[in-house]
Amino acid sequence: MADMIAVQGLVKNYGDFCAVNQVSFTVPEGRIFGFLGPNGAGKTTTIKMLTTVLNPTSGSIRVNGHDPTREQKQVRHSFGIVFQDPSLDDELTAFENMDLHGILYGVARGERHKRIDMLVDFVGLGERKKDLVKTFSGGMKRRLEVARALLHTPRILFLDEPTIGLDPQTRNHIWSYIQQLSREEGVTVFFTTHYMDEADRVANDVAVIDHGRIVAQGSPAELKQRTNCANLEDAFIALTGHAIREEEANAVDRMRMMGRAWRGAGRR
Amino acid sequence: MKAIYILCVRQLKRYVRSPARIIGSLGQPILFLVALGFGLRSMFARAGGGDYINFLSPGIISMAILFNAVFSGIEIIWDRQFGFLKETLVAPVSRLEIVLGRMLGGAIVALVQGIVVFVICLIAGFRIQNTPYLSLAVVFMFLIALLFAGIGTVFGSVLQDMQGFPLIINFLIMPLFFFSGAIFSANGLPKVLQIMLRLNPLSYGVDGLRGACIAVFAYGLKTDLAIGVVLTGVLLALGSYFFSKIQL
Repeated sequence: MADMIAVQGLVKNYGDFCAVNQVSFTVPEGRIFGFLGPNGAGKTTTIKMLTTVLNPTSGSIRVNGHDPTREQKQVRHSFGIVFQDPSLDDELTAFENMDLHGILYGVARGERHKRIDMLVDFVGLGERKKDLVKTFSGGMKRRLEVARALLHTPRILFLDEPTIGLDPQTRNHIWSYIQQLSREEGVTVFFTTHYMDEADRVANDVAVIDHGRIVAQGSPAELKQRTNCANLEDAFIALTGHAIREEEANAVDRMRMMGRAWRGAGRR
Repeated sequence: MKAIYILCVRQLKRYVRSPARIIGSLGQPILFLVALGFGLRSMFARAGGGDYINFLSPGIISMAILFNAVFSGIEIIWDRQFGFLKETLVAPVSRLEIVLGRMLGGAIVALVQGIVVFVICLIAGFRIQNTPYLSLAVVFMFLIALLFAGIGTVFGSVLQDMQGFPLIINFLIMPLFFFSGAIFSANGLPKVLQIMLRLNPLSYGVDGLRGACIAVFAYGLKTDLAIGVVLTGVLLALGSYFFSKIQL
């Protein structure tokens, strides 16, 4: 089986701080890969480098056989992504957000409209298709983002904490669809999450990253066995320790606070 | 091309859907028009300058365009926050297409806003002359819009958050407006001010627009047009360059 994602000796430094330190892993085609780690471990930084929006300090990456630093267009065509932070345009409707995405990805009009209808129905937003996204709850926005990421039938799906703020029903619904996609269409899934039960249930393989380094890799069963733990959460704690991590607020977080103050509450 | 078009349409939709912003950004030009225009009108006439409203209106229209265009660029910072920027940056289209779509959309919005202010000026007593260059008025308005959409894009791409925003407004945008010949004539100024006006890209836009409307040029039509086009090209290129360097 070909590797959809292959990472070798990946490093990202911000000045003296090493956010990602000599990370290597591979994800074979059609597998569901869970990338687990405490806050600030380097998960999102890694995803940014895999998805062409951040240049690595050193190391090599192949996504669907292409290098994200040089063959950006091929790489970008290969994947769909649900970001950790919201990335919808609030002033547009659900349909317009989807449609804009389809046009950017070059999905032909007929196909585009057909898939938009199918996908918004799937995430239960069929009735709200013509409503402005700013009227949506956090969970609804998330569902729309998942639908949008799938619009251009990507080979790889990146999900950065995709189920945060979702109720168990929606979570189950989304995961079962993603598992089906992986099973039937061979879509490769790379996700991060803080819900260990979720990772245990859906991931074929997981890697645990801490302080920018991968500390363990294998199937959930292997990790549990290795750490002598009954569930993945205990295994995770055994691997990464009990210390609670501090994450520096960056410019983005400060802005978001300001945005909240300006526009009132109710934002995710 | 499709990407440029759809991102441009997005800006227009956002504009049409926020009447608060449309009305809000009319406040400042109206304030200037009324306070300066009617306040200094009789003094200006006694000094032999003619009708001050006629002189001032092109400046006020330029001001409206200037602020809206710069703001459209600064909006990149908001998009970075409220997320939509990421969505466009991972899409398989070049950064150039994305930034051109944004700048073009922002410039069209600023132009529309400028036309609204134009109409308000007409209501306030602005009398355009029947000059042969009247059709160029829109050209100059659009040049100002594009040029400052470029400047806004440079700042929107470089700045990480809105903390620097008042700095840009007070130390760049306001001085550009005041020292552009928008509210006073370039003739008979102290040497230092004359040079400042000469170095200000907005001066040529204001002068071109004023000339097109009331047939009074300080620098001449050809100069205004040539410098305007060249500077706009440079600023669009700079905006594109800095935008293409954005990393998340």
